[in-house]
Amino acid sequence: MLRGLSLEIERGEFLCLLGPSGCGKTTVLNLLAGFEHPTGGAVSVDGRPVTAPGVERAVVFQGDDSLYTWLTAVENVEFGLRLAGVDARRRRQTAERYLDLVGLRGQGHKYPSQLSGGMKQRIQIARALVCESPILLMDEPFAALDAQTRAILQDELIGIWQQTARTIVFITHDIAEAIALANRVGLMTAGPEARMKAIAPVDLPRPRRRGDPAFGALYERLADMVSEEVRRAGVLR
Amino acid sequence: MTVASGAQPGPQARRTPAVEKAEPAPATAARRPRRFGLPAALVPVASVAALLLVWQVVSATFFPPVLFPTPVMVGKAFAAEIASGRLLRDSLVSLRRIFAGFALGCAIGASLGLLMGSVRLARRALDPFIQFGRFVPSISLLSPALIWFGIGEGSKLFLITYTTTFIVLLNTLGAVLTVPRNKIRAAQSLGATRWQLFRLVMLPASLHGIFTGMRVGMGLSFTTVVAAEMIAADTGLGFLIINSRLWFQTDVVFVGIITLGVLGYLADKTFQALIHRLAGRYAPTH
Repeated sequence: MLRGLSLEIERGEFLCLLGPSGCGKTTVLNLLAGFEHPTGGAVSVDGRPVTAPGVERAVVFQGDDSLYTWLTAVENVEFGLRLAGVDARRRRQTAERYLDLVGLRGQGHKYPSQLSGGMKQRIQIARALVCESPILLMDEPFAALDAQTRAILQDELIGIWQQTARTIVFITHDIAEAIALANRVGLMTAGPEARMKAIAPVDLPRPRRRGDPAFGALYERLADMVSEEVRRAGVLR
Repeated sequence: MTVASGAQPGPQARRTPAVEKAEPAPATAARRPRRFGLPAALVPVASVAALLLVWQVVSATFFPPVLFPTPVMVGKAFAAEIASGRLLRDSLVSLRRIFAGFALGCAIGASLGLLMGSVRLARRALDPFIQFGRFVPSISLLSPALIWFGIGEGSKLFLITYTTTFIVLLNTLGAVLTVPRNKIRAAQSLGATRWQLFRLVMLPASLHGIFTGMRVGMGLSFTTVVAAEMIAADTGLGFLIINSRLWFQTDVVFVGIITLGVLGYLADKTFQALIHRLAGRYAPTH
């Protein structure tokens, strides 16, 4: 899947991984999360090798099947604290605070099946934030949402990132999303044997506006590189 | 849920005269069409009534009562069996056997299924027995059961337990093995220990599948107990049916058959209601 891929992520940065579909973006995330193990090479955080999933690397998954359908929204959010043995009252208070943060005040008693796709992704984000992990790994968390909801959640995620100073690795195939969110965009080559093609810093001031000419110029540059990869992949297959 | 009740024809719709049906009525357009102008609840009543009528005509016209008694005769036999107390006694005997074996089978099946689903060594070790045993009908074990556990309650308990165990085990195992991967990974990345992962994710995510297995097991328990009682018992509904056949009391045979169907239906409905009440939140969508 991957070969010769090397990537260094700074503390506190917002890195977006961009690449043609099927290139192994999710594999990179699974390696970072510790769900999968490299057949060669190494993954390490703060110099310590990653061997298993751990609470210092929270994950927001693609789709909503990672939510616990038998738990209410607030019970989902406090799940990590429950695992850590935090007593019921304190973890409920903390979970309510994070529900507020993701804009779900007053929705805590509902079950996931009673919530919209956007609300379910907010629960996932709150659940990942609640343990205050320094690293947040997000796998196309907004891919299944409509454009409006996606734009709102992108803004909120930036707000959360600025407030809480975490390292975020965010996977997307949406170029505009990557530019709107990231400090740096890591572009991957098409698989098989994918690696990093380029790493582009995004120096645009925040809040970023899509109408900004500099936004458009960067979009063009990245879009050209992505379509080059898509074409190359087409030739290879 | 409130949405569901709104989708059914309300009392207003029920009272709408048939003449108005032909007119396009925007207010009722979204509702399910009532094909024969009958409220939904009356349709099964009507179909059962129709069956009884056909049964009455066919049996009275073409068959001597001893081969195919009419529903009226069966009704009379029902009254007689209830009055004598035999129907109640045999029903209770069968139900007691079913529930004892069912409860034991559910406990064993669910425990083994959870164990096999969570521990790979257990899965590998027990798999050959499961693959073999699932094709051996419980009733084929009647002879060894009689030899080992005697003609009394022991052999019936064994057979019903055996039946229930397999179906609950297979459903439980299937449920555990199909828990969505992201549900497991989410817990792992939130720091779950193996035991927490089992107790807080695998078990609750599997409950619905386990309950489904139990419902099927309940049905098979009815089948098994009757077969066992027909071959080796002197009480129970199976015995009632086979014994009445020996005495050419065909009407009583039908009494036994109908009682079985009604008891099975009631048992299933009760079980479903219990699950809904006690574990509704574990249904995949609720």
